[in-house]
Amino acid sequence: MFANSSRNLLRTSIFHRCKSTLVVAEHNNEALNPVTLNTIAAAKKIGGDVTVLVAGTKCGPASEAVAKVEGVAKVLVAENDAFKGFTPESLTPLVLAAQNQFKFTHILAGATAFGKNVLPRVAAKLDVSPISEIIDVKSEDTFVRTIYAGNAVLTLRSKDPVKVITVRGTNFAPAAATGGSGAVEPAPAGDYAQSLTEFVSQELTKSDRPELTSAKVIISGGRGLKSGDNFKLLYDLADKFGAAVGASRAAVDAGYVPNDLQIGQTGKIVAPDLYVAVGISGAIQHLAGMKDSKTIVAINKDPEAPIFQVADIGLVADLFKAVPELTGKL
Amino acid sequence: MSRILVGVKRVVDYAVKVRVNPEKTGVVTQGVKHSMNPFDEIAVEEAVKMKEKKLASEVIAVSIGPSQSQEVIRTALAMGADRGIHVEVSGKEYDLLQPIHVSKILAKLALEEKADLVILGKQAIDDDCNQTAQMTAAVLDWPQGTFCNKIEKTDAGLTITREIDGGLETIKTKVPAVLSADLRLNTPRYATLPNIMKAKKKPLKKVGASDLGVDTNPRIDIISVEDPPVRQAGAIVPDVDALVSKLKEGGHC
Repeated sequence: MFANSSRNLLRTSIFHRCKSTLVVAEHNNEALNPVTLNTIAAAKKIGGDVTVLVAGTKCGPASEAVAKVEGVAKVLVAENDAFKGFTPESLTPLVLAAQNQFKFTHILAGATAFGKNVLPRVAAKLDVSPISEIIDVKSEDTFVRTIYAGNAVLTLRSKDPVKVITVRGTNFAPAAATGGSGAVEPAPAGDYAQSLTEFVSQELTKSDRPELTSAKVIISGGRGLKSGDNFKLLYDLADKFGAAVGASRAAVDAGYVPNDLQIGQTGKIVAPDLYVAVGISGAIQHLAGMKDSKTIVAINKDPEAPIFQVADIGLVADLFKAVPELTGKL
Repeated sequence: MSRILVGVKRVVDYAVKVRVNPEKTGVVTQGVKHSMNPFDEIAVEEAVKMKEKKLASEVIAVSIGPSQSQEVIRTALAMGADRGIHVEVSGKEYDLLQPIHVSKILAKLALEEKADLVILGKQAIDDDCNQTAQMTAAVLDWPQGTFCNKIEKTDAGLTITREIDGGLETIKTKVPAVLSADLRLNTPRYATLPNIMKAKKKPLKKVGASDLGVDTNPRIDIISVEDPPVRQAGAIVPDVDALVSKLKEGGHC
């Protein structure tokens, strides 16, 4: 029995040595996107060496930040005008070149608009089936993800030689941003200029509030707000908490707030400590985006609203009275 | 003038509360209402609009799946697609069919049918993968315009506004290209009864995945499908004061 277990140990350690993960960092040429830290945490759970690829037109800030992250062994830097706008058509050949040189067993990115755009293209080029938005790592080839808007949890084993994975950031506590000393090296050189696409411009929603997917508190509004102007009630309440403001699809479709505030199956997935749903009925598609929040508060005048089935604290009241009163009493 | 291939998937209707089967191998789909994946309706609408604006000459709707997939092709035809292609994959093979297989099939068809554009939904609401458009673009080595909020034809190609995390971004792509539709690209039309009747007469070709030379060997094993954890029932508080004290109790303020 002793011999058996030591043999198992040996086998495990061999596996550990064989595993190596490439994390594709997300940044905006000025700062690292925090989801990269959650993704590195998932990479550490898989085990083995963690290498981070930083590509962009300006990689200094992100590569310096990533080199200090605990558990990062190596940082590959690719600074090139070809990566303007982080187009998948330019990044894919770079990731493939890195893969070709280092033979990673896993390639990861955060399940953001960026990761979702780039990684499936990489996977197709490697002829492997990518795995979207994992919420847990069971072993080096077995992963957990949700399907049907979070109403079923799928555990799957990948048969592919290289696992290409996007990671749901809210399910992995971020790796420590300090304490690491990764070696910074240039990424494999190549001609990554391409003529298929061209980045033109970005129109970002300006806000002083915390970023939605990493906020500790989120105040979210739905159709019940009745107009975009009325969202001011939520901004005032959010100020009290230092919270981010989100919205249901109904509020976005009605034009009350911009698209990027949408929380749900097809918007952002959030899991703050406190989620306050105001005037949101709680459709399946909305719940998919927020039901992992630690504490859910619902304010709705309809006692039958499905949101009350997931809320820890419910208040059946007219939001136009209750929200200002709540803001005043905090 | 271009030819557009639109991918449509038959999925459990978005309003159905799905149930995991007792064997924990999947969700119950027998006797459950199915319909066209909502994002695919948006893709079909966009393709038909392009044809109405004379930017496209023909719209071909493709669905991959068991024989019932023909229903969603008929829906696409009733919305204005010109003809359909049903790639039959069923049973166990369909249960383990992944976007990697679908993208290879679509890429093959795009070339066979000489399509200039492939428009897909950004994700299917059953597997929630959000992969097929990106992978189809990769197989074809075409540019990808994912999560489209607006698509405009220009002399040189397309100008696309995309939904990204912080807002919107604009890119230009060459044609041919693969696009994926986000929710706000358009509002899909309803199929009217006369159009549903007409759609029954539109051509629908059936092919097998093997006829297209695409290997559909499974890339994953399903270990289990389970119910998500159930949240503990909460409390209804009578007024704002009670809410404030609960929040204080929880350390939230």
